[in-house]
Amino acid sequence: MAIVYQKSKALTDAELHYCPGCTHGIIHKLVAETLEELGIIGTTVGIAPVGCSVFAYNYFTCDMMEAAHGRAPAVATGVKRTHPDLSVFTYQGDGDLAAIGTAEIVHAAMRGEKITTIFVNNAIYGMTGGQMAPTTLVGQKATTAPYGRQKEHYGSPIRMCEMLSTIDGCTYAERVTVTDVANVVKAKKAIKKAFTLQQQGAGFTFVEVLSTCPTNWGLSPLKAIDWLKDNMIPYYPLGVYANRTEEAK
Amino acid sequence: MAKELWKGNEAVAQAAIRAGCKYFFGYPITPQNEIPEYFSKHLPLVGGCFIQAESEIAAINMVYGAAGSGARVMTSSSSPGISLKQEGITYIACAELPAVIVNMMRGGPGLGNIAPSQADYFQATRGGGNGDYRTVVLAPATIQEAADLVQEAFDIADYYRNPVVVLADGMIGQMMEAIEWRDPKKRELPQKTWAANGTFDKREHNIINSLFIDAGDCTVQNKKLEEKYRAITQNEIRYDLSGDEEPEVVLVAYGTTSRIARAACIQLKEKGIKASLFRPITLWPFPEKALHDEAQKPSVKAVVTVEMSMGQMVDDVKIAVNGIKPVEFFGTGGGTIPTPQQIVQKIVTVVGGK
Amino acid sequence: MTHEIIISGFGGQGVMAIGKSIAEAGMKEGMDVSWLPSYGPEMRGGTANCSVVLSHNPIISPLVQNPTELIAMNKPSLIKFEPAVTAGGLILVNSSIIEIKTTRTDVTSAYIPCLEIATELGNLKVANMVMLGAYIEATKVVSVETIREMLVHMFTGPKAALVELNIEALRRGAACIK
Repeated sequence: MAIVYQKSKALTDAELHYCPGCTHGIIHKLVAETLEELGIIGTTVGIAPVGCSVFAYNYFTCDMMEAAHGRAPAVATGVKRTHPDLSVFTYQGDGDLAAIGTAEIVHAAMRGEKITTIFVNNAIYGMTGGQMAPTTLVGQKATTAPYGRQKEHYGSPIRMCEMLSTIDGCTYAERVTVTDVANVVKAKKAIKKAFTLQQQGAGFTFVEVLSTCPTNWGLSPLKAIDWLKDNMIPYYPLGVYANRTEEAK
Repeated sequence: MAKELWKGNEAVAQAAIRAGCKYFFGYPITPQNEIPEYFSKHLPLVGGCFIQAESEIAAINMVYGAAGSGARVMTSSSSPGISLKQEGITYIACAELPAVIVNMMRGGPGLGNIAPSQADYFQATRGGGNGDYRTVVLAPATIQEAADLVQEAFDIADYYRNPVVVLADGMIGQMMEAIEWRDPKKRELPQKTWAANGTFDKREHNIINSLFIDAGDCTVQNKKLEEKYRAITQNEIRYDLSGDEEPEVVLVAYGTTSRIARAACIQLKEKGIKASLFRPITLWPFPEKALHDEAQKPSVKAVVTVEMSMGQMVDDVKIAVNGIKPVEFFGTGGGTIPTPQQIVQKIVTVVGGK
Repeated sequence: MTHEIIISGFGGQGVMAIGKSIAEAGMKEGMDVSWLPSYGPEMRGGTANCSVVLSHNPIISPLVQNPTELIAMNKPSLIKFEPAVTAGGLILVNSSIIEIKTTRTDVTSAYIPCLEIATELGNLKVANMVMLGAYIEATKVVSVETIREMLVHMFTGPKAALVELNIEALRRGAACIK
């Protein structure tokens, strides 16, 4: 029988620990397919964050490192600057990247580090149990914002793609989502573009993926997808935010 | 080889480059700024890379990444900056990565001041970060020793896959002395087959990690570390013993303070008080047995610890002496350097003058 | 013999450089040497000093409490360190800007008009070399020839002409010592 589909060689046989309906699995798959298609599994080092994707090091067959909370871009810098020929990526959530690791991501972008960051934004802290994230929407409830996030108290959610796109060292920044097939295809294209640019020696590349957290949002997987479309996309519009590549000029 | 006049901080950086360290990640803080400045000038000339990071936290995590991918790498800072690096150091220790961390100590606590101090002894020897871990702590007393120990620190780090701290102070960083460049004793260093530097499709993926979510696994890792620490304790203890062979009083001091204590020993001799100076070179592992043996000599009436702190190493001295002789302490905190006269005065009150 | 020297003055007067020159020359002549600067938060201005120890025996502590020789390049330095000089010691005073005399009777004092001499030589930057020349003449701790070798090494190419200027500054400083 002909094989019509199989798991990417960039993924191990380990069973993913993610909750049912969580989109981390899809995003892992897209990264893995990219590594395989570009033929760079053997020359890539991935950096896992602290948060739901903390075990990402068990899922990719490339060499992996587990970083301290928020520090993945600094760890990636250490790898890339000592091994410029390797492809290096960080895979980070919104608590990791947009709260505790804000300095590291901004300065990695400023230096134009030749790394790719996959930023999974689900507007909440997942692993620790649904606490408020800097990306939590105004009015959205969290275990540390039981009355919903109040703007007067915490300000408005941070938009990382927009913010990083203002930095010269950020060669490419795009926000995508994986709510349906069409968007999954677009997300794959963005991720592949980011890794391809890195291989070409471009500066910092950034792909933000809007993701769901059915467990901590208290919604079924399907309703979570709807919630993302109805609430997150209007505040975090999809699209390309920075493109400082030669072709764009 | 002819002697050369070197400033401590610059000698530390040059020693690292001589040891094959081509990567440095750091953040400015007085009194160690000549270290990053030297690296920023010289690393590009040897095909290496210097990065001034956005913070000490970022710098130590860059070290983690570089060490994890197999590079010889170091960072340096001074007391408050080392506090910020503790998170990274405990991760480096647990992930068993070789790295060298230099602390040119200054007055504390808090922002303190920029004067020489030894108040980070606890932080260095007890592990300022979380969890059960140890860093090898080397304490040079001269620029020559700093240059020698920094070179060897890289070998020790690689040999044991463990972070090594070189603990000096602002005085050693800022002063100049004549030194001779020499190579450390040769060690057979293991290949870094564990490094995350690309599988090149030739092996299973390597994982650099300090997360052991299963308590059983974490216990195994802790035991593994403990065995390593035992081996280090067996193999790497270093100290220097000088002065009278039948002393009435044993002075214990390290680094800068040991030099002042030596001057005090000479003044004590003039007063007819016999003293020896026990100088730990490794602060961890602490030369416990050797100090115990010295204290046990029948001539010894007391052991006096001298530090530029309010009393930190004295705890280890008490553990080593284990109650067989009285242990006294003289220290100056907050960046003040003790004078030989102050030390002599203390000892006269302890053992009585003649 | 161990020389324990304190060199002190305003930032920018070249006090650190005097100290480094003495230390380097001492090292080249086979002595054990140390140079320890005072360092403060300010980069410029204020009073700066360094301690230099030269010895034919291994140096124990690089800290100088009681200098055998004091080089005072400004008045605050003289006032601060004069009482600490050992009996029988030496105090060299930059008399161009220090109008007072030393008060100690148990030390040797000499007054060097560093700025006037440097002005005569046409380059104010050599004022510290004038003082160094006086120090070497007074102590004979190192030879002028060693300093010349260092200068030749330091000033090359278009700066080579500075060697003779500096040597002349050393000579003029030495001439102030009777």
